[in-house]
Amino acid sequence: MEETLLAHVQGFMYPNEMELQWSVLIVLYPFITGLVAGAFILASLERVFKVEAVTPTYRLALLTALAFLLVAPLPLQLHLGHPERSIQMYLTPHTQSAMAMFGFVYLWYLMAVLVLEIWLDYRKDIVLAARSSTGLKQKLYKAMSLGIDNISPESLRIDDKVGRFLTIIGIPSAFLLHGYVGFIFGSIKANPWWSTPLMPIVFLFSAIVSGIALVMLMYMVVSWFTRREISMECVDTIGRYLMYAFIIDFTLEMLDLIHRMYEADESFKSLDFMVQTKLFTSQILVQIIFGTLVPIGLLALPQLLKLSEQARKGIYLLAGSLTLIGIFAMRWNVVIGGQLFSKSFLGYTTYKMGFATREGLLPAIILLVLPFAILWVLVKLLPPWQDDTAKA
Amino acid sequence: MSDDDKGLFQNTRHLVRMAGIFAAGIVAFVGMRMLLVPEGFGRYGHYRAPAIGDNMKKPISYAGRDACAECHADVVEARKASKHVGIGCEACHGALALHTSDPAKSKAVKPKAAQLCPACHEQNVARPKWFKQVNGAEHSGGEACDSCHAPHAPEL
Repeated sequence: MEETLLAHVQGFMYPNEMELQWSVLIVLYPFITGLVAGAFILASLERVFKVEAVTPTYRLALLTALAFLLVAPLPLQLHLGHPERSIQMYLTPHTQSAMAMFGFVYLWYLMAVLVLEIWLDYRKDIVLAARSSTGLKQKLYKAMSLGIDNISPESLRIDDKVGRFLTIIGIPSAFLLHGYVGFIFGSIKANPWWSTPLMPIVFLFSAIVSGIALVMLMYMVVSWFTRREISMECVDTIGRYLMYAFIIDFTLEMLDLIHRMYEADESFKSLDFMVQTKLFTSQILVQIIFGTLVPIGLLALPQLLKLSEQARKGIYLLAGSLTLIGIFAMRWNVVIGGQLFSKSFLGYTTYKMGFATREGLLPAIILLVLPFAILWVLVKLLPPWQDDTAKA
Repeated sequence: MSDDDKGLFQNTRHLVRMAGIFAAGIVAFVGMRMLLVPEGFGRYGHYRAPAIGDNMKKPISYAGRDACAECHADVVEARKASKHVGIGCEACHGALALHTSDPAKSKAVKPKAAQLCPACHEQNVARPKWFKQVNGAEHSGGEACDSCHAPHAPEL
């Protein structure tokens, strides 16, 4: 075993550093959680800040956030094993463990914010569906309506008020959710690649970027599939917000980089070498050039030029996809990159990903597809279209 | 109850019911904690306090160097001036509780120097420079260390 591990090591490594303990599943965890926080923040734009143009994506964004949030803890449980023990985190909470406390942040966000907000927003639809359906379907909708049939204008007005209040709580909760993920990495003082107070903020903005990109793509793809008209005003607005968020995100990341370069502490040479060699493809090419600069440039085009609807759709599709790849690469570079160098700053190791192993590529792909399957069920159960804009 | 109050009651019934579900969830959680958290958890720290008692019940296998010194005063004396003075007897000889309780029944093991000494003294870049290290093959050519060095006072 050690022979094969040593073959992947260059220079000097401490024995416990040769093999990466945090796999691609730990890359998925901040990626998926970020999509949740970002999607929710896009939804709250409409609700709290009254950006009417993005209304068509409001419900889809909430359902997307829920679908991804349900999957968010799975990579961690697969990585740790013994998922049946995860309840212990709640029963005997360890207040000094950042990771253990994340369980409460997660539960708060899932139950008190997302599920409640979706329920309040859909209550009218649920009641109407319960009235018009029969059999098992009716029972399901009745259970979801908690057996209360009242959708009087006054009751819906109260729902709307409570929902708005929840969204206002929800925004800091979403910030907390993903800021916390950044904090888990940023607070590891033994690792100079992670340890920076900027980490929660960088994670948060990259989360917003990825969530907005995902909802924009989902909205366009789902509209195509269901033959609904894409509101250009909506995607133009989302594209603009995506660009703004991306510029802030990129600025923060560059701030971190410049700070590191100027500070040039004892870790800098080693990390700089790593970025220029082992992380060159995933960091310089995929994350920075194709995952950040190109999409920002693409998103700027509709702001600068008068482009046709078709061209803009193409741009948003391409920019959104590149954004998601770029943010995934960012999570990869943080999680995997942080384990490739020796704390002696004298050596580097290599990450070897399995395929059909517990933490291999296959389970990672399944975990990335799973939220879309959940979303499909959610969309069937709770259609996000508020008015019937179907073409045919 | 006025009509307005009745209306408010009717129009918030679903919210009250949802609050009830949350309250039931919290009660279930508290109930689960009472049932599932083991007794004594958290009394001294983030662990089950009676675990200390459970561990104390396990048979003791190490005797401690004071027990050795009761009979082996000569070794204690030999080690006094040596750099090995800080090393516990059982670090090399293994657990000796059985031996100290009945020396006739259980003999202490004399370790094989050729295997034991290199564990600490074979050359290794990860060890501090001041620490005595040798390249075994060059240093003794396979000769057992204790043919030149006395393990209890190895300085020549």
